[in-house]
Amino acid sequence: MFSLGSNGGKYTKPSFVSYVNPEQKGNDALQEKNPVFLPGEVVFCSASPVLKCTHDDLLEGSIMGTLFCTNFRISFVSDQVLLEDVVQPFRNRLYGENDIPLTCVDQIYGDYDEKRKLITNTQMKNKHPNGIIVHCKDLRVFQFSLKLAKEEAAKKIFQGIVRHSLEPKSLRCIFAFSYCENIAGAPETQNKPRTLMFENIVDWMEEMKRTKGNCKLLEINKDFTISQKVLFDRLPQFFFIPTNVLEKDLAAYQGKGVPIWCWSHHSGCALFKTASLPLVQEESFLRAQKLYMERMLNAVAHNYLYAVKAVDLSETLPSIQDIQQSYSRFKQNFLIDNIGEFWISDMKWFSTLETTRWLSIIRQCLHKAVEVVEYLEKENTNILLIEDGGTDLSCVISSLVQLMLDPHYRTLTGFQSLVQKEWVVGGHNFLERCNHLNNKDKESPVFLLFLECVWQLLQQHSLAFQFSETYLTVLSDSISVAIFSTFIFSSPYQRVSSMKTESQTHGSLLNIPSVWDWSLQFDCKSQEFLFNPLYREKSKQEKTRNKNQRPKPIRQLSLPNATPPKKYFFKEETESLRKMLRGTRISRWMHLSDSAQASVWEFYNAWQQKPLDYHGLLLPDLDGPAIRLWMQRYLRWIPEVQIFGGGDITLVNKITSLSQELEELRMELEQQVRQADPRCKSTETVNKSTIRMSCFFPFASCRSGSFKPAIPTSHCDGEMDMGHLAEREDEDTELTDNSVIRGCAD
Amino acid sequence: MEKSGSADSLGSKRSSSRQPSVDSLTRYRCVTVTCVSLCHGVAASDVTYICPFLGAIRGSLTVTNYRLFFKCLDKDPAFVLDLPVGVISRVEKIGAISAQGEVSFGLVCKDIRNLRFAHRYQEGSLKKSIFELVNKFAFPVSNALRMFAFEYGQPFPENGWKVYDPLAEYKRQGLPNESWRITKANEHYDVCETYPATLVVPANIPDEELKRVAAFRAKGRIPVLSWIHPETQATVTRCSQPMVGVNGKRSKEDEKHLQAIMDANAQSHKLFIFDARPPVNAAANKMKGGGFESEDAYQNAELVFLDIHNIHVMRESLRKLKEVVYPNIEESHWLSNLESTHWLEHIKLILAGALRIADKVESGKTSVVVHCSDGWDRTAQLSSLAMLMLDGFYRTLRGFQVLVEKEWLSFGHRFQLRIGHGDRNHTDADRSPVFLQFIDCVWQMTRQFPAAFEFNEFFLITILDHLYSCLFGTFLCNSEQQRLEEDLPKRTVSLWSYINSQHEEFTNPLYVDYANHVLYPVVSMRHLELWVGYYIRWNPRMRPQEPLHQHYRELLAKRAELQRKVEELQREVAGRVAVAPPEKAGSPAGSPVQTCV
Repeated sequence: MFSLGSNGGKYTKPSFVSYVNPEQKGNDALQEKNPVFLPGEVVFCSASPVLKCTHDDLLEGSIMGTLFCTNFRISFVSDQVLLEDVVQPFRNRLYGENDIPLTCVDQIYGDYDEKRKLITNTQMKNKHPNGIIVHCKDLRVFQFSLKLAKEEAAKKIFQGIVRHSLEPKSLRCIFAFSYCENIAGAPETQNKPRTLMFENIVDWMEEMKRTKGNCKLLEINKDFTISQKVLFDRLPQFFFIPTNVLEKDLAAYQGKGVPIWCWSHHSGCALFKTASLPLVQEESFLRAQKLYMERMLNAVAHNYLYAVKAVDLSETLPSIQDIQQSYSRFKQNFLIDNIGEFWISDMKWFSTLETTRWLSIIRQCLHKAVEVVEYLEKENTNILLIEDGGTDLSCVISSLVQLMLDPHYRTLTGFQSLVQKEWVVGGHNFLERCNHLNNKDKESPVFLLFLECVWQLLQQHSLAFQFSETYLTVLSDSISVAIFSTFIFSSPYQRVSSMKTESQTHGSLLNIPSVWDWSLQFDCKSQEFLFNPLYREKSKQEKTRNKNQRPKPIRQLSLPNATPPKKYFFKEETESLRKMLRGTRISRWMHLSDSAQASVWEFYNAWQQKPLDYHGLLLPDLDGPAIRLWMQRYLRWIPEVQIFGGGDITLVNKITSLSQELEELRMELEQQVRQADPRCKSTETVNKSTIRMSCFFPFASCRSGSFKPAIPTSHCDGEMDMGHLAEREDEDTELTDNSVIRGCAD
Repeated sequence: MEKSGSADSLGSKRSSSRQPSVDSLTRYRCVTVTCVSLCHGVAASDVTYICPFLGAIRGSLTVTNYRLFFKCLDKDPAFVLDLPVGVISRVEKIGAISAQGEVSFGLVCKDIRNLRFAHRYQEGSLKKSIFELVNKFAFPVSNALRMFAFEYGQPFPENGWKVYDPLAEYKRQGLPNESWRITKANEHYDVCETYPATLVVPANIPDEELKRVAAFRAKGRIPVLSWIHPETQATVTRCSQPMVGVNGKRSKEDEKHLQAIMDANAQSHKLFIFDARPPVNAAANKMKGGGFESEDAYQNAELVFLDIHNIHVMRESLRKLKEVVYPNIEESHWLSNLESTHWLEHIKLILAGALRIADKVESGKTSVVVHCSDGWDRTAQLSSLAMLMLDGFYRTLRGFQVLVEKEWLSFGHRFQLRIGHGDRNHTDADRSPVFLQFIDCVWQMTRQFPAAFEFNEFFLITILDHLYSCLFGTFLCNSEQQRLEEDLPKRTVSLWSYINSQHEEFTNPLYVDYANHVLYPVVSMRHLELWVGYYIRWNPRMRPQEPLHQHYRELLAKRAELQRKVEELQREVAGRVAVAPPEKAGSPAGSPVQTCV
């Protein structure tokens, strides 16, 4: 159960010797007698015996063990030696199933004599509860009973857990810093293709070359020297801007308003994003801002040569606070610690889901992305995404747009490069949005929202993505494991500067690993689950065909006689802008028309008519039934909803095994062609026993032998209002007037 | 699944944009009716079909005694609408004659659709309107005409009427045995006219006693065996409610009968009686002479109510569902609108009931008795679903046909009344989507266990389409007795004849025969979903997003090809016996085969 890999990933066989008193022994003794802790991991306190109760274990009783709190996690170590035959094909090397990384703790409830109270970091620290219930960000729920532990130990562990998982802390307390001190930098794997990190010029140039774009690379932020003075601190080290933007323009509003290149469409138009200009009231400033924005838009449009469209996301999408509120309502429905509660909530499941508005927010984001895709693909219009900070929803939309338009990003490394480009280097404030330091005020699951949108695309077009649903789930879990540099900084500037200071204090170069080094979390076998066995690689014919068909980029403006589409499109718009009301904010007068909705449908329908090309444009279906719940992520820990021997995973597995068979046959063929002697086929019989996997495989364990079905405990007595229809007899033939029935129905 | 939306055009739309039409109506795929005499057919040109998705379309309309056929060739791609008139439940004139001199008609269909047409009003010509003709052919029963199924004489290589042989099916279950016997007591349908001729009853209950038991059960529907567990001998038995009444009447014979059912299973000294109704309704039935078994009278029996509502509630629920899904879906309130129809809640309760039955039989090794009021609606749903969970045979293409023939048709689910074949009286309170709910439950199970069923979604949709089409005799009449009286097996074609003659279309390529697996579906709302491929298939935007089956079929084809090549090579190699260096053989077998995964 406690599968901690040491640094090199070598498994140490866990020993489950009863543990008496950890603090009297040294750290070395700890490591001898207990599962291996991570490098740099220090035990703060522990208590024993502690009971772990899970709601499906209630009948069989709870598990007795020891509860630890370290600088990385809350960890429960069972006294019982676990049965070896529990099938666990997918294990995380960093933390086991009974470990909760401190940054993964969402909420803690205290059990005070049958009353449950939410623990906050300020109150109730002195009186310790009989038990604690921990809700995790990866939606696990733990219940620990402290009744059996000694008073002092129970108090200590409770306070330790509350302090280290709920109280505000500084960046340096994040475990990644202790961890990376103690590991050697992982050897750079020179795999091809590799994930572009966009931390150097080479990656940026490669990306620009791949998309055949035409923008100017700026290096002025190279050492982040101006980051602190001239530019706002979200800008990356290197970035591309339209050729017509001058370096002095950057200084005007600390780089806000400057179009930062995201991606170029093959038609020559491109996608840019920017932070909106500061709010002003005074007319002269407003006018200056307008002129400035006009010049920026003009630069995007290549001096009125191309159409350009500004899309203000702050105006049309839910705010960061809305997203946070919606998600906290949403997730509550999956943190279930009581079976009765589960079946009661089952009755109103759909409306409960709807009132959280989370699915609706996902739909809005996808809808907005389709709108932008339409402009790029159909109208060949340049797009400038504008948002207050320029690093939240604009990251969501720009990444989604690229995912829909560019099949490269649907490969595993392509997707990771996209996340690097738009989110990590793009300056998304992971540190505060993920609330790693427990300063709740700026928390908002923006990146998770993006992953949700990607999941919708993935489930609708499962053959188009190289990565699997499991990959997305694991990635979403990794956000709250504070070990990866990817998710613990607020900006590239902060990453570089804090690494620098830390390195100076330690006298050696720190290297916090990236989440993309999946070998840190999973062994080779487990990493296979990250790939989608259904993915169809582009065939050779397709590749050559597309190469020939791909229109030449018309960005090289050497085509004077070709009338660019909608040449005056932008100009007209700016003319009208001048006449518009003097709004409070400059961005207010630039947004997509209201008829966008109808237009999007038209665009979607037209796309739907065409044969689907998994390596071409990919659009999501946005209809009510099409936007669904990410079951694997949200339901995987709830025993009542595990379908054993069922779920889509059975399909995937069948296809995988068939593909393997195909591959074997192909090898056999090759061998036969090469050498005449009949090959003795290594008949490796796939485990075809009657073990039934959960539909949430690889997350929930398998079950073999007999098991009981989950039978609903609550019925609809009185819940369903059927009117007098319910009282009628099946064969009541006297009442044939339908209007009576209608009348009472509503 | 790949055939969802009942459309071959759905699948091929991906490969070609030149399909005849966007409107899913054309996807209605029915059997080619080659020998239809079109003598009754009347055509009208210049009719407008007001499509809720595409707007008004002008074209020509042909009405025959089987179908309504609308065609517009001006559009590119051409637009075709083809539906059997049997699907129509109501023809109504909408409004008065318009300013343009047009009169418009609405057709309310049993398969969720509402169609609207308009055409110029011409007095005198063609009597009044072509829709008068629709009115005539759609309701042959009301118009004293023959059902089209009796005209349809399409020969098929297999006779589907022979799919179900009760004796063979009981033999498969290991019956008769020392505890259960097969009786011909109902041969002339005089024990119970809605039951089949062949029944399985406890061995120690003689035929004379069955009649006395019948007197105590509503409509004479005595407890008989539906299914027996091959190992534990626990059984699923079905019947109607006991005629207890307000005075709490008892019947020694009935009590003895249930005791015999319990005793036939040595593994358990208990008997579970599942009453499908909500307890309030069961109690209310006492006023009408019915009721439920009291645990005092029936020793060692435990009564469980399953809270499933009656046919009227279900009909109303489907009506609401239709409002929510057709023609357009309100996106922002989709989930709460769906919830307000209660449709999935009913599905959940039915599945939950069947799950409890299956669990008692499998895990509890206890025999169960299932009934509702009359034992032909909810009882049929519960027994057949429980059997589907317990017995892998019923999850095969043919096994499912046996299940429908046995639990639904032979045990007298009143299809004629519940569907109202050819009957104009659309407000008839006997109509109810009971069988549709059963198929929906089956679909929910196929969603949860995609590899456990030999048939695919298209099979289920086809069954539902021909439930209404009146092309086949399968779903006509109310009971086995009526079917024999009408001589349906001689005079009509069985749906299974058609299905079994092209079974590849209905086969799930991913099927794995886990014959001994008991399937326990999860009956939480978290896992139930609306069957988009059926209820929303008319919406052109709802195209199935799962080409997985297609993908799998391609892989299978590739495997077959590779296997063939390997064999060829092996033969070649064996023939040559290593004379020449094989490198020079230059076999083209290594030519590029597309990598898929």
